[in-house]
Amino acid sequence: MPPLSEIIRPLPELIKPGWVAEAAFYFIIGVTMAGAIIAVFFRRIIYNVLGLAVCLMGVAGIFVYLSSEFLALMEILVYVGAITITIVFAVMLSDPMYREMPERSILKVGVSGLVSLILFLSLSRLITDTPWTAAAEMGGDWTLARVGKLLLTRFDLVFELISLVLIVAILGAVIIAGQGRKQRSSQ
Amino acid sequence: MNSLYVYLFVALFLFCVGLWGVLQRRSLIAMLISVELMLNAASINFLAFNRFLSPDPAIGQIVVLFIMGTAAAEAAIGLSIILALFRRYQSVEIGKAQELKG
Repeated sequence: MPPLSEIIRPLPELIKPGWVAEAAFYFIIGVTMAGAIIAVFFRRIIYNVLGLAVCLMGVAGIFVYLSSEFLALMEILVYVGAITITIVFAVMLSDPMYREMPERSILKVGVSGLVSLILFLSLSRLITDTPWTAAAEMGGDWTLARVGKLLLTRFDLVFELISLVLIVAILGAVIIAGQGRKQRSSQ
Repeated sequence: MNSLYVYLFVALFLFCVGLWGVLQRRSLIAMLISVELMLNAASINFLAFNRFLSPDPAIGQIVVLFIMGTAAAEAAIGLSIILALFRRYQSVEIGKAQELKG
């Protein structure tokens, strides 16, 4: 099996290699990490939502560099366009933002930070120590047509199952969110 | 620039930041945001392995599509539960929902 550096794989020509592409790559990674930190560390919930949106845009850029522009579009459409907006609606409908936030305990922040730091160190050891070997034969068909064909033939059952999960989730969300309103208006 | 390790470490960073947020925050909406970060880390990992190691480049993309569908369902259900909890307790802090505590 060839080592990683010698793999030549037929890829779609999304990005021309060069110093511009390299600089943009590191910029995207920095944006992603900064967005993740804003999404977790700040105490105002609306800053967290905005940080999540920035981070997800960065993840979409990373998907472009992983030569899957369709998934980058879907990431922006589904995550930034739908999930983040839904979270913004939940923030508007629930907690008033002017309310005083309780002090966070230093112990809790420290212990949870320590736990995730330990996980980071052990998993990074795992990443660097594993000898990653690529598959012997690699197909080069990156087209969306192949993805669609596989979705309707080989992964048909999973596809239908995801559709079922989505419709059950939507109906359940409507029922759960609507029930409390009915009880309150009947009082 | 394009090595597998860069993508794996970015995904690992996102996952650990998300775990930190889940453990540390008390607001349910913030915990949901952290869970979204962890799901995105998994998506990056799948696409990186798909790009560098896998024999068929379509399968990783399909798996990431499934992750996106599940994340959308999870966000819809989670936010409606959060709204129901807020109507009952006038707060989205997890410390308030203790009715089942023995």
